Amino acid sequence: MSLHDKDRIFTNVYGYQPWNLKAAQARGDWDDTKVLMARGQDAIIEEIKASGLRGRGGAGFPTGLKWSFMPKESKDGRPSFLVINADESEPGSCKDREIIRHDPHKLIEGALVAGYAMRARAAYIYIRGEYIREAQVLEAAVQEAYDAGLIGKNACKSGYDFDVFVHRGAGAYICGEETAMIESLEGKKGQPRLKPPFPAGAGLYGCPTTVNNVESIAVAPTILRRGASWFSSFGREGNKGTKLFQISGHVNKPCVVEEAMSIPFSELIEKHCGGITGGRGNLLAVIPGGSSVPLVPAAEIWDAPMDFDGLKAVGSGLGTAAVIVMDKSTDIVRAIARLSYFYKHESCGQCTPCREGTGWMWRVMERLRTGDAAVEEIDMLQQVTKQVEGHTICALGDAAAWPIQGLIKHFRPELERRIAENVREAAE
Amino acid sequence: MADRHLEPDTPELRVRWGGFAFSKAWDAKAKTAIAKYPDGRQRSAVMALLDFAQRQVGEETGTQGWLPIPVMEYVARYLDMPVIRVVEVATFYFMYNLVPVGKFHVQVCGTTPCMLRGSDDIMAVCAKRGMHKGHTTDDGMWTLTEVECMGNCASAPMVQINDGNYEDLTVERFDAVLDALAAGKTPKEGTQDPERHTVEPVGALSSLQQMVKANHDYRGEW
Repeated sequence: MSLHDKDRIFTNVYGYQPWNLKAAQARGDWDDTKVLMARGQDAIIEEIKASGLRGRGGAGFPTGLKWSFMPKESKDGRPSFLVINADESEPGSCKDREIIRHDPHKLIEGALVAGYAMRARAAYIYIRGEYIREAQVLEAAVQEAYDAGLIGKNACKSGYDFDVFVHRGAGAYICGEETAMIESLEGKKGQPRLKPPFPAGAGLYGCPTTVNNVESIAVAPTILRRGASWFSSFGREGNKGTKLFQISGHVNKPCVVEEAMSIPFSELIEKHCGGITGGRGNLLAVIPGGSSVPLVPAAEIWDAPMDFDGLKAVGSGLGTAAVIVMDKSTDIVRAIARLSYFYKHESCGQCTPCREGTGWMWRVMERLRTGDAAVEEIDMLQQVTKQVEGHTICALGDAAAWPIQGLIKHFRPELERRIAENVREAAE
Repeated sequence: MADRHLEPDTPELRVRWGGFAFSKAWDAKAKTAIAKYPDGRQRSAVMALLDFAQRQVGEETGTQGWLPIPVMEYVARYLDMPVIRVVEVATFYFMYNLVPVGKFHVQVCGTTPCMLRGSDDIMAVCAKRGMHKGHTTDDGMWTLTEVECMGNCASAPMVQINDGNYEDLTVERFDAVLDALAAGKTPKEGTQDPERHTVEPVGALSSLQQMVKANHDYRGEW
């Protein structure tokens, strides 16, 4: 069964209608937000917990549980902050952009409701620097909300004071990591912090902070309005709700679309994307969750449910639900080598295994691309990815290692073929 | 990151930029940016101020703008923070230009999703027009940079030129954009596919058909 339009949260995702406050209110946003807030902070958190919402930024941590880690009262006078992660930079991901430029009021209302539930004083929305037009829309939308008394002093006449600020990044993938984002908000280089202390204890300016993805926050008001049981009626156990999928690469009609979690890959592609270019038989492999997750070969992905557990079962992950489709015309080694270049480019340089490892892995990948390598180097590369993985402060090292591990696991014969052919060429 | 360098600090650079100060308009924006952060946390605004400074330099030079050392020093004084902390930020984030750029900064996305949809062809268009990665053309019009994923993957391949994104490019469409810019026109931003609105599946919609013509309110069907 497929998702009905009435159950889609982001009805203006394609931007056919204006993003402004008046149009957003006509679609149902900011509808008596005061009543939502009047349920009380704990009730809101319980409802989000019951809905089964898992963080939409990639890691899939239960959102309600994350909110509940925030202190219920400030014993030392420190305020709490909500930081909204709009630094969407994972290759393949392009969903937060559509929320921000076409439905920004869902995000701003979500910021108020979530911020209130976790007793935050203000929300900082950290939007990636390259989203220039999107930031202009967001700032204008925030101003509209202030002018209408929806945020600011006595937000929505609820008696609660809550500010929303937009902070623009300036081009650094790593700032999507929550502690790097906090560093960047403080006006420093975006280099991740060691945890603990966790942000809920000491985050932005040393104050309790929760960092949430745009989509996680933007769906919260609709979940509260329609109830946890509505949201959890979609998707399999542990993988509830609706989700924005972003399909790029070799499909006939790439698009962003909201679907029920756990939709089979085949249905997602056939129904919304006009199928694989050249037909199903032409599918080579899929990166189902953004560049950081391992690729999945055609045979294994076709019937896989698109959710956290379903993709874990085929050795990959849902990540941000950024589905990169590759047909048989793809130079698969180059496709992964290009991702290795990406991680080399974006490593913040703080931890040695990542700073040195990403460059080293990229250079070996480039040689494997042309076959200018020895077969033993495949194993050496595999070993090095294992030495980078888990030995860095943040997950960028892991993210750089996994695509290569996926390639070796599924396409080792292709790597060996290239090496053999190169040897043959050299001999002739 | 290793291939980024600062423009050398020469007497000529000092003469040209030593007296840099925000214009009235940028100064007002800077004060608004600082007000977003708690008292004493003004250095949080360093990213915004560097952006404003780069844009003002751009206005003064007829380019996208860049950050000479004396301008970074000005920002440091403005925020009462050590110059090295400003330089750290300016060198860490890729959107700050550390050397002069042309009137149009052509930033071609070359990451895998764009690569799969033909970013090689887009790069070839640039090469044919005499642009080389990391360089500005002799006429000062075009600076070419290959950038990492810009988050427009469902409308790939894409190029960002100064503040505008041009998506769903083909060789012909990209040529048309560049020709229009060169002629001093303002080409339409966003998707260049005449059949497409934004990131919906091109052709017949697979969902939300009612939203096309009217601002449909689905609450009645809940």
